[in-house]
Amino acid sequence: MARAVTRQRKIVNTALAWGIGFLIFFPILWTILTSFKTEAQAIADPPIFLGFNWTLANYEAVLERSNYGRFLWNSIIIAGGSTVLGILIAVPAAWSMAFVPGKRTKDILLWMLSTKMLPAVGVLYPIYLLCIQFGVLDSKIALVIILMLINLPIIVWMLYTYFREIPGEILEAARMDGASLREEVLYVLTPMAIPGIASTLLLNFILAWNEAFWTLNLTAAKAAPLTAFIASYSSPEGLFYAKLSAASTMAIAPILILGWFSQKQLVSGLTFGAVK
Amino acid sequence: MATQHSRSAARLMMAPAVVLLLGWMLIPLTMTLYFSFKKYLPMRGGDLGWVGFDNYVRFVTSSAFWPSVMTTLIIVGGVLAITVGLGILLAILLNQPMWGQGFVRILVIAPFFVMPTVSALVWKNMFMDPNYGLFAHLWEFFGATPVQWMSQASLSSIVIIVSWQWLPFATLILLTAIQSLDREQLDAAEMDGAPATKRFAYITLPHLGRAITVVILIQTIFLLSIFAEIFVTTGGAFGTKTLTYLIFQRVLESQNIGLGSAGGVYAIILANIVAIFLMRIVGKNLDA
Repeated sequence: MARAVTRQRKIVNTALAWGIGFLIFFPILWTILTSFKTEAQAIADPPIFLGFNWTLANYEAVLERSNYGRFLWNSIIIAGGSTVLGILIAVPAAWSMAFVPGKRTKDILLWMLSTKMLPAVGVLYPIYLLCIQFGVLDSKIALVIILMLINLPIIVWMLYTYFREIPGEILEAARMDGASLREEVLYVLTPMAIPGIASTLLLNFILAWNEAFWTLNLTAAKAAPLTAFIASYSSPEGLFYAKLSAASTMAIAPILILGWFSQKQLVSGLTFGAVK
Repeated sequence: MATQHSRSAARLMMAPAVVLLLGWMLIPLTMTLYFSFKKYLPMRGGDLGWVGFDNYVRFVTSSAFWPSVMTTLIIVGGVLAITVGLGILLAILLNQPMWGQGFVRILVIAPFFVMPTVSALVWKNMFMDPNYGLFAHLWEFFGATPVQWMSQASLSSIVIIVSWQWLPFATLILLTAIQSLDREQLDAAEMDGAPATKRFAYITLPHLGRAITVVILIQTIFLLSIFAEIFVTTGGAFGTKTLTYLIFQRVLESQNIGLGSAGGVYAIILANIVAIFLMRIVGKNLDA
C-alpha cells in the first residue's frame, strides 16, 4: 500500500516537474520552432506549433543579408580572448593564494570580488573616453580587455576554490623529492588543476558571450558581437519573427550547449562557494 | 611550510591580477569623480569649469530622478519576489523523487544561458506583441482583449522577462541548498504528525535562510544594473527608466558628462551598500 502511494506521488511529481520545466523552456523552444517556419506561418492565427513545412530559408536569409559571420567571429574573439587572457592572469594569482596564503590573502580576495560590484554605468564615460584616447573605440581589443577585467574576480575566485581542494600533502611530497617551484606547478599542480581550469574557462566564456552592456555601448560597425547583432533587430516592428528566431537561435545555440555541460559549476561558481 | 623564497614568488604571481584590478577600479572611478564636479558638455562647449556639488544636486532634484529610483526598486523587488518565491517552490518540487530529474534541470536552467538581448526581443515580439504575440492569441482564446504589454504594462513586462532569466539561478542555488537538508529530520517531523506547511516553515525555510540571502544579494547586484532588457524593449519609455538607464541617457544621449558622472557616483554608492552585505556573508564562509 505504502509503495503504491509513493509510486503515485512520484508520477505526480514527475508530471508536474516536466510540465513546469517545459513551460520555462518554452520560449526557447518556440524560438527554435519559429526559426523553421515561413514568415507567414510565424504569425499565423491561431499559432502553428508543429504542423508546418520546415524550411531553412530563414537561416539562409540571415546568413546572406547580414554579415552574421563577422558578428559571430567578433563574439568568439571577444569572449574567447577575454577568457583566455583572464585565465592566464588568474592562474598564478589563485595558485599563490591557495597554496601560499598570507595574512592578507582573504582581504585581497574579498577586495577583488568587490571590484565586480562596481556598476558599469558609473564608469561608462571614463571608459568611453579612454577608448577614444587610445583609439580603440569599436575595436575587439578594447572589449577583450574590459570583459577580462570584469570577469577576472570571478575567474580568480573559481580557480581559488578549485585549487584549495587539491591536497597539500602531494605538493609537500613533490617538494621533498626536490621539485623546484616551476616543476611543482608544471608537473604536479597543472594536471590536477585542469578540470577546474576547464570549467572556469567554460563559465567565463558564457558570461563574456552574453555580456550586453559594454558590448552594446562600445561597439559600432566593426567590433560588434552577437549581442549587438540581435539588438539591431529591435527597431523594425512586425513581420520578421522567423528571421529574428533564426538569428536568435544561431546566437544562443553554442552557448546553450556549452552551458548545459557546465551547469553544476556555474551554480557553485556564481555563489563564490557560499552555498554548497 | 612556505619558505621566504616561495612567499615572494607568490606575491609576484599575484601582482598582475592585483595591479590590473586596482587600475580598473581606481582610474575610471577617479575620472568619474573628477567629471562629476565639472560642467562638461562635449558637444556643446566641452569643459566649462568646476561647479562644486551642482551636478549632484541637479541629478537628485531633476524630475526624472525619483521615478527612476522607484522604477529600479520595483524591478529589483518584483524580480526578487518572483524568483525567490517560485524558486523555493520549484526547488522543493525538483527535490522530490521523480523520473528524469536531470532532464528537468536542463530545461529549467536554459534561460540563464540566453543572452539578454535575445530574451528581451523574443519576449517582446513573439509573446508580448499585442497583434501577433502568443499572449495575444491566448487572451483572445479566452475572450479577453490582448494587453498592450510594452506600453500599458511596461514595468510588469520587464519584470516578467528578467524574472524568466533569473529564475534558473535562484532555483538551482536553492535546490543545491535543499539537497543538503537532513532527510531524516523531515521524516521524523512527518511521523510526529507535523503538517506539510509546518514542516516547511520550521525546518525547510530556516535551512534555506543562507541560500536565500545569497540569491537575493547576488541577484540584486546584477539587477541594479540591468540594461539590455530595457535598451531593446522600451528604450526607457513608458516609465521603465531605471537609475542605470537614466545615467546612460545623460551620458551618451544628452552628452551631459558632469551630470551623468554624478549619477554614476550615486549608483556606485548604492551598489556598495549592497556589496558590503554580500562581502560579509561570503567572507564568513572563507573561515570555514
